[in-house]
Order: sequence, then C-alpha cells, then structure tokens
Amino acid sequence: MAPSTRFFPRERYSSREAGYTLLPFRFMRWPDGDMLVVSEVGEFLFLDMECFLDLVRHQLSPHHPRYSDLKSKHFLADGTSNVPVELLATKYRTKKGFLDGFTKLHMFVVTLRCDHSCHYCQVSRVSTNRTRFDMSVDTARRAVDLMFQSPSPVLKIEFQGGEPLLNFDAIRFIVEYSKERNKTEGRELEYVATTNLVPITDEVLDFFKRHSILVSTSLDGPSFIHDANRARKGNDSYDIMIRNLERVRRALGHDQVSAIMTTTKLSLRHPRDIVDEYVHQGFSSIFLRSISPYGFASRTGEAARYEMSEFLSFYEQALEYIINMNRRGIDFTEVYAQILLRKVLTPFPTGYVDLQSPAGAGLGAVAYNYNGDVYASDESRMLAEMGDESFRLGNVHSDHYGKIFGGDTLRSLAAASVLETLPGCTECAFLPYCGADPVFHHRTQGDVVGHRPTSAFCQKSMSVLRHLFGLLRQGDPFIDALFTRWATGVQLSPIAEAVS
Amino acid sequence: MSISLSAHGSPLSLWERNVLGRVTSIPMEELRRKDHVLLLRGTDPLPDIRGYAGVLTSTILPVDVRPGTPALHLHSLDHLEDGDVVALSSNGYVRTLYRIHSPHNSLFTTDRCNSFCLMCSQPPKPVDDGHRIIELLRLVELIDPSTPELGITGGEPTLLKNDLLVLIRRCHELLPDTALHVLSNGRLFYYGSLARNLAAIGHRDLMIGVPLYSDIDSEHDYVVQSSGAFNQTLIGLQNLGRYGVSVEIRIVIHRLTYGRLPQLAEFIYRNLPFTSHVTFMGLELTGFAVPNREDLWIDPVEYGPELVRAIDFLARRGMTVSVYNHQLCVVPREIWSYCRKSISDWKNDYLPQCEDCTERNRCGGFFSSALRRGYSSHIRPLQCDGGAGRQEFTPAPRMT
Repeated sequence: MAPSTRFFPRERYSSREAGYTLLPFRFMRWPDGDMLVVSEVGEFLFLDMECFLDLVRHQLSPHHPRYSDLKSKHFLADGTSNVPVELLATKYRTKKGFLDGFTKLHMFVVTLRCDHSCHYCQVSRVSTNRTRFDMSVDTARRAVDLMFQSPSPVLKIEFQGGEPLLNFDAIRFIVEYSKERNKTEGRELEYVATTNLVPITDEVLDFFKRHSILVSTSLDGPSFIHDANRARKGNDSYDIMIRNLERVRRALGHDQVSAIMTTTKLSLRHPRDIVDEYVHQGFSSIFLRSISPYGFASRTGEAARYEMSEFLSFYEQALEYIINMNRRGIDFTEVYAQILLRKVLTPFPTGYVDLQSPAGAGLGAVAYNYNGDVYASDESRMLAEMGDESFRLGNVHSDHYGKIFGGDTLRSLAAASVLETLPGCTECAFLPYCGADPVFHHRTQGDVVGHRPTSAFCQKSMSVLRHLFGLLRQGDPFIDALFTRWATGVQLSPIAEAVS
Repeated sequence: MSISLSAHGSPLSLWERNVLGRVTSIPMEELRRKDHVLLLRGTDPLPDIRGYAGVLTSTILPVDVRPGTPALHLHSLDHLEDGDVVALSSNGYVRTLYRIHSPHNSLFTTDRCNSFCLMCSQPPKPVDDGHRIIELLRLVELIDPSTPELGITGGEPTLLKNDLLVLIRRCHELLPDTALHVLSNGRLFYYGSLARNLAAIGHRDLMIGVPLYSDIDSEHDYVVQSSGAFNQTLIGLQNLGRYGVSVEIRIVIHRLTYGRLPQLAEFIYRNLPFTSHVTFMGLELTGFAVPNREDLWIDPVEYGPELVRAIDFLARRGMTVSVYNHQLCVVPREIWSYCRKSISDWKNDYLPQCEDCTERNRCGGFFSSALRRGYSSHIRPLQCDGGAGRQEFTPAPRMT
C-alpha cells in the first residue's frame, strides 16, 4: 500500500496568509449592535462589530470562525483565482433573470366602466356610455399585434378595468385572436381576468373554462369592511362576490380564483378579521396591499388617507396572526412577505413587477388603455386619468413597437429605476431585495428618482424587510421552516417524507 | 456474500487478443455465434462449437478445439448467466465485464486520474491504458439493451477526452434506454467545449456525478491533493448546468469534510441550484483511506448533527438528497428516509449482530472492506416496530 508520505499537507493548498480582497457587499447596523452584511446577490450574514471592522480593515484573521463563512458566501476572496467573481457573476445573472425576454405582462384595459365606485379606486367610471370608455375590436387587435412583437416566450395577458367583464366582447376577441395568432407564434400564453365577479354569467364561465382563464377578484375583508370600501348601489358587493366566488370555483376549480385586498383606513383596525375572512372563504394566501396614491384614492382625499406607519403596524399585526395560524396547522401565506423572502432566501429572481431593479414598468409589464394609449404600467395609466400623461409611451394606432418600447419615455424611465445608481439606494443593505418605483415617486414627490428619507415606498420596503430579518434572526425553527416554505414553494417537509 | 468477478482456468486453445462475448448456455444459430461465448457443462451432449466468440467448459472437452476458437476450462461456471458479457484472455483469465442481473454494471474507462484523493478507494495508476476504449466499444455492443442503468467510471473518465464522447455516443446509439451515470471529478469540464460536446450527443438520461468536499477551495484541494481543483470543478459544474447536462454532487463524509456540511449544502443551493441530486456517502476504508485513516476516520455517529442539518437545508429547498453507504443504526432516525441501499452487491456484507436487526432488509450494510478494517463502534441490532422513522423532526436553527 502507498506510504502516506505521497500526500501533501494542508498548508500547501491554502493561500489565506497572503491576505484577501473584499467582494461587493453592503451593510446595515442592527439594533442589537451587530452588523448585517448583504452581498450583491442577496446572501447575508450577521457579524459582531469587531469582526465587521476587522473584515473591512483587511485584518480579519484567516483563523477567525467567520472567515470561512465570509469566503463561502463570496464576501471576500483570497488567492489569485478569478473563479469567485465568475460564480458571483452567474448568481447575479440568475437574480436579474426577470429581465430575460423583456415585457411579459400585458394588461388590457378593455373598459373603464364599472358598477362599483370604490373609494380607493383609481380609474373607474360609472357610466352607460359604451362607446366612450370601451376598447374597440380594432384597438384590441392592434394591441394584440403589438404584444406579439415583444420577444418574451411567455406572454401573460391580464384583463383590467373598470370592470372588464362589462366589455366581454373585447375579452372574447382578444383571447380568440391571440390564440389564432399564436398558432404561428408558438408562445406560452396565460390569461387572467381581474373582476369584481358581479357580471359573471354561465357564458363567461364556459368561456373561461374553455380557455383556461384565471380569475383574480377583490376581497377587502368581512362584509362591514368590504361593503364600506367597495361602494355599489344596493350596498351588496360582498354578498354577490361571495355567492359568485362559489359559482366560479365550482365551474373552474378552487385554485383558479385568487383575491387581492386593499387596505383602507377602516381596514387598519381589523387585521385579524380580514385574515380570518380570507381563511373562511377558502383562500390559502392573502396579499396585504397598501393603498396607492392614484385615481380616486387621492381625489377623495383625507377620508381615505393614512400614514405608511399605520399600514406597517397593521401589516405586522396581520403577519404575526398569520404565523400563529400556521403554528396551529393552517397553511396560509402572506404574499408580500413571500416575495421578499424569495429574494432573501433563494438564489432565484421573482416575477413580481413592482419590486425590481430596473423597475418593471415597461420592461416587465405594459398597459393598453381602452383608447389604445400604451402606458408603462397600470399606475401610469391611472396617473393619465388624472391628467398626467408623463408615462404614456404611445398609441397602438399611431406608433410602432420601436417607438413605444424603445422611445425616450421608456428609456428615461428605465434609466431612473436602476437602484444601483439611485441616491439613497446605492449603499442600502436591502438593495438586492428591493425595487424602484419611478411612477410612484413622480406622483408623490414630483421626481422619478425621488427622495428616500421621505419616501413612503422606501419606508415600507425597509420596515417590512427589517421586520422579516428580525423574525429570521430569532432562530425560531418554526418560522425558519415556514419562511423557507413560502420562499421556495416547496411543500414537502422531511417528516412528510418519512419512510413507508 | 461476495461474488467473484473474475475466474482463472486453463486455456484449451490459443488465441491472440482478448475476446468478448455474451454468455449463452443455449446453442445459437450460426449467424449469431460470433457475439456469444458458449457455456458447456459436463452433462451436455457436445454441440457444434464452430463460429462462437469463445467456449467455456467445466469439463475437459472430449474433442479437439479448432485453433482460433478461444476455449477455456473453468472449475465452475456457476457465477455466469446467459446475457452476461465476459472477456477471455489466452492466459486463462475470464473477466465478467457485465452481469445481466446486476443493477451496478459499469464501464471502467481508465486507471489514470488527475486528482489524488486522500480517501480514493481505487487509487489511480499512471499507466497508458488508452487501449481500453476498444474493449469498451465492443462491450457496449454486447450489453443487453434493456439494461436500466450503466455506470462509467475510472480513474477519471474525462481523461479519455474525445474517446469518452465516442463511448457515450455509442451508448446513446446502441443502448438508448439505458441511463448513463458518469463518475467524474468534473475538472476537465472547466473547458466549456467538453461540456458542450457532451450535451450535443443528446443522451436523454445522462448524469454526471461529481464529488465536492467543501465550500472552501483550500479544503477541497487538500482532500483531492490538487491545487486549483475546486475552482476547475465549480466552473465545470456550471458549464454542465449551462448546457443542460444533469449533475449529481457527491460528498464523501470523513473527518476533513464533516464540519462544514451545512455550509456546503447552502453553497450548493446558492451556486449550483440546478443540481439534480446531492448524495452524502460514508467513507469506504479501502485504497488510500487505509494509509490515511488516522486523518480521515470518524465514527458516523459523531457527524450525525451536521449531516441532519445539511440534509434538512437541501430537502426543504426541494433538492433531491440521498445518503449512501451508511448503516441505519448509526444514522439519526429523522434522515432514514434519505438512506439508500447503495453498496454494490459484490462489495456489501453484514455483521453477525445484524442477524437480530429488524431493519436489516432496508439497511445498506457494510463494504466488505469495512468488516476487515473497521466500522462504527455503535453498530447494534435495531428492534423497531412499524412506526420506525416517523419520529418528530426538529430542524436545527439555520440563521446566523
């Protein structure tokens, strides 16, 4: 047998004593005095202050227990190889993978008409004038043609309004025409209809089933909240919605319907009631959304307005309630936390267009208004309804694809939405998890770049991320497992896989 | 129970090169004989033996064997079955290259390796064995096309470079339904062209199993005794991932690798999330592991916590995980469901006390070498009722 002298000692393979270089990372002081360090691709560590200071002064001993962790997560590199940077580059490309394929989400605002007059609503009109606020077949055809010029292999078509079902003819045309064109295009088409469920008919359900169209509806909480928020003649929005929810689920399948909620001033006092309502109605998740400063939401003024801090307090109460619900064995997810946790805990990108850098406006999503105007986002067209045309990219009747998607408006919007270049964001430890919202900042601060210290958007992202990291930091195995499940979507638990 | 893979007998005729043939005990029509080695047992009436690739007999043939028809007398033919593939050498050796009823058949490509792992179970030899490819290409022609899986091992198979691609292409053509599992250190896939050309073969069920021993370059390089190996392997893995070749990461657990298993698991998830399968393997006390056992050996009971954390981390993220070469009595029960019976049937064995164990049938047992050289001091017969393995699972805290 070979003598052991044929083998070389460990020292031969280590280049640690020669010092190290720092790879890109950002940091944030934690209330307990430790430092949170986050790499360019979102990997993170908590370091005690002494270790952190040694690290940045290039004085961290290679024998320090944290040295290998920092090296493993690519915060530092020793030796001369370029491979750590290559690995980082691959991870960075993966994280920015949402840019592949360009615009995926195409929103068709087929009508502005609606039977509701929700006081937070952005754009709806209670009107019977069909021609004035409905998308024509000609406009729909041009919008679909424009959509197919997008290089994305996946095209997600979302019907918006108003109440889009009030112009079902346009929906039917868009679905049938896009499927016809797709015979030669070969894309993967997905359809979602956002509806208050009031105009649901058997004809509609039959059509949805035949074309695998998902339904997204609104549920703001129990009836006393829902009906207060979502005003309708007869004050019966909740009853109709719940009745039709069952009908839609029976026709299409339980998981073909999802709901979104909007938080109003009234909601703020009832986090548990709202979550309970979602569970009671058989939903497995809730997206706790703050009100946006567009449309009626700002026009109706003071009555609906609340501070972001009030929302954040509401959010944290609801999240705690949801976590405890999971402890009791009820599988229920909060979607905003889920999106952020996917960014924090996995190497993968997310498809959520409202939290990306560069922003999803135009690059990830686009909205075709009823009259053929093209906007960089749903919010951009809401702004337009208030008279601000800043983010109008063009019109399907008069402009070609290159002008709309390669024009100055989208270019300057994209340029102003790269967090890596924005004041207040460039040095923020949470940058890899956050996104830019130039439309929001234009609306609230009169500037696409915006001022972070007074930005409600920044306040929200920072607070929720701090809160989630705080929960992760507790080291509670249950929360760890729950958050991992939310982030990865992996339901399997090692117990469930036990031997048969 | 061990099964012999080679036998020695007396040549009854003379021939030059090794001949390969598929074993048959039933006489064949003449056209098919050239691919077959005929088995003749004592009671058989003597058939016409013209045209066979070779003849193996357990009695002395009563007639002359014509020169040119390789024939050997073996004491026993009991280890051979119809469909096996054997190689007959004129010096009297009969090697079984393929066993039709074994799930563990491999194509052994070379004795050479560009690494020199401290625990290598088949230490490399710096020999010029490039001629093996000729025998392997012939072997692929003789292997039963219904074989579910075939390994490609060494040494380091990628040292064959283009010949390895030729071999895999041959498998793709002749054994299209046979899964191929290549054991490689992955270093030569650092060259993207090798990964690209491999992917271009278009094999539907090809997996490259690549060892990774640490998330830290110098630790991995020390284990494989090669500077720069870690970096080459990582870029190699990424190249395989980029071109869509499935990869398995293989981690041998020993005293030098167990400490950072949880960090290695996270490193794999973050840097190599396309990995199809992560396997954790017990140390086999053979080859270089014998002279290095002082540095390498650790009782598996001692690394249970690290192993549980690593497996839990990966499984919760949807990655497929397996534990190989471990006896159930030394593995924490919450990860029993990941333990596979993996030791090749010609290498595995059990201890006397295993006779009383209720879990013996689902336990991988031991390498035969372990019984001679050492094993965990915690081996004991288990007495489990039906609820075995279902105990509550408490994951270790992961955050730092």
